[in-house]
Amino acid sequence: MSATEHGTMNLKLIVWRQSGPDKPGRFETYDAKNITPHHSFLEMLDVVNEDLIKAGKDPIAFDHDCREGICGACSAVVNGVPHGGQERTTLCQLHMRKFKDGDAIYLEPWRARAFPILRDLIVDRTALDRLVQAAGFVSCHTGGVADGNAILIGKPEADYAMDAAECIGCGACVAACPNGAAMLFAGAKVAQLAELPQGQVEAPQRVAAMVKAMSDNDFGNCTNHYECEGACPKGVKVKFIARLNREFTKALFQETLGTISTNRGTSKE
Amino acid sequence: MRLLSDSIGRKVVMAITGLLMVLFVVGHLLGNLSIFAGPNGINAYAEKLHGLPQVVWATRVVMLTAVALHIVLSIRLTLENRAAKPTAYAVDRRLRVTFAGKNMIWTGLLLGGFIAFHLLHFTVRSVPGLDIVQGLDGHGRFDVFSMVVAAFGHVVTAVVYVVAMAALFLHLSHGIQSTFQSLGLNNAKTMPGFLKFGSVLSVIFLLGYGSIPVAIFFGLIAK
Ligand code: HEM
Ligand code: FES
Repeated sequence: MSATEHGTMNLKLIVWRQSGPDKPGRFETYDAKNITPHHSFLEMLDVVNEDLIKAGKDPIAFDHDCREGICGACSAVVNGVPHGGQERTTLCQLHMRKFKDGDAIYLEPWRARAFPILRDLIVDRTALDRLVQAAGFVSCHTGGVADGNAILIGKPEADYAMDAAECIGCGACVAACPNGAAMLFAGAKVAQLAELPQGQVEAPQRVAAMVKAMSDNDFGNCTNHYECEGACPKGVKVKFIARLNREFTKALFQETLGTISTNRGTSKE
Repeated sequence: MRLLSDSIGRKVVMAITGLLMVLFVVGHLLGNLSIFAGPNGINAYAEKLHGLPQVVWATRVVMLTAVALHIVLSIRLTLENRAAKPTAYAVDRRLRVTFAGKNMIWTGLLLGGFIAFHLLHFTVRSVPGLDIVQGLDGHGRFDVFSMVVAAFGHVVTAVVYVVAMAALFLHLSHGIQSTFQSLGLNNAKTMPGFLKFGSVLSVIFLLGYGSIPVAIFFGLIAK
């Protein structure tokens, strides 16, 4: 029976429960009762948690913040797919009208070595912040606030950089990747900055630092499955990974020829 | 930055060695298809080729180096990637991953084993337990035609070669498009074209190479 405008549905949730980072985890089954099609996925979890609290049990811990699809906090793997598999949709924007009465839903945390589980569905994603700290910035002096169009940037370049900057840093790409790689995240960052005049100066140093930071932070390597692109709630494309590879190869060439050093500039020794 | 230690550097080497092997596979297929022209086709081709020892040996050295690098890096890549994803999801649902992509290391290792066997079989011509027909044809050339026709008359040998070509098909149906991405030659507009190119080329390899043992086994090419 499919839920109608007015009807409510009852679902079975099979949820990963884990009380702490190094604690053993297990799946527990819960009933989600009286869920309307208008509930968002997170609101559905709120309903379940209220029932758990009333029954004196531990609520399911999950990450969330804006609940409007822009912050990148929400994160859970729904039936094997990060954010549930609706195109360009974060978990907070997934609605229960996508489910039917009686459905069983598996809920798991992002799984990757780089993302240790903190509790239940919450993982530690600071490895992504460390990538940005290592390579996701421009270190030139910016002075006072510049005029909006003081540096002319073509519309196609601006659009390209903006498409890369759509990344909200949720980590679904890493969660989806069979290799636990962060190439889509890193590719978007490197491509965005390399496309713009302010970022071009340090492009070789940036890509070198980014690739090193990825292995230092326990991420895997790309094998071009493109699963990340499928899971990205912002539609970030794997063309940015190709750009990352291109920037890397270019920098390696330049360094081999001795025209640049990737140890200067952004690296701070 | 280092080619052989950085994650992307190693992928670039995988892609270049893979591409070299693909180029070899194209040339090797064109040569092998001369068997459809009968003994005069393939025996003449083989004699001509071996009249150019510099070319033959240069190809052997480059290809063996490429294969060795490709294998070493692919094993390291696979082990690192498994370590970076220690736990699988309870529900195995995939949006883009293909069977071919998921099994690159297995189709690859099968190909590695096949390459070793194939070199012993038709290049070194010495495989314990296999009777390899070796002699000269009417023009005094080494008789490649009779050797191959006799070999693929045996069902086990024919099946081994067909299975290896199925592995090659799977490996390259992921590998060819992957090369363009690894080398940074891809973008959103070229992606569908590269995917199609990879599929078409790997089907051509499957049909082209596969047709030889099949045709011989079913008597379409005979003495
Ligand atoms: C000999 C044993 C072999 C092993 C163990 C092996 C293994 C692998 C693995 C694990 C990958 C990585 C998957 C990816 O990143 O896309 C790969 C990629 C590839 N392989 Fe092989 N392979 C072997 C032989 C071959 C042969 C014979 C060919 C060609 C005729 C070939 C062509 C390719 C290509 C084109 C790629 C994609 C390169 C890239 O984008 O990185 N491989 N191989
Ligand atoms: S909670 Fe902010 S994107 Fe979902």
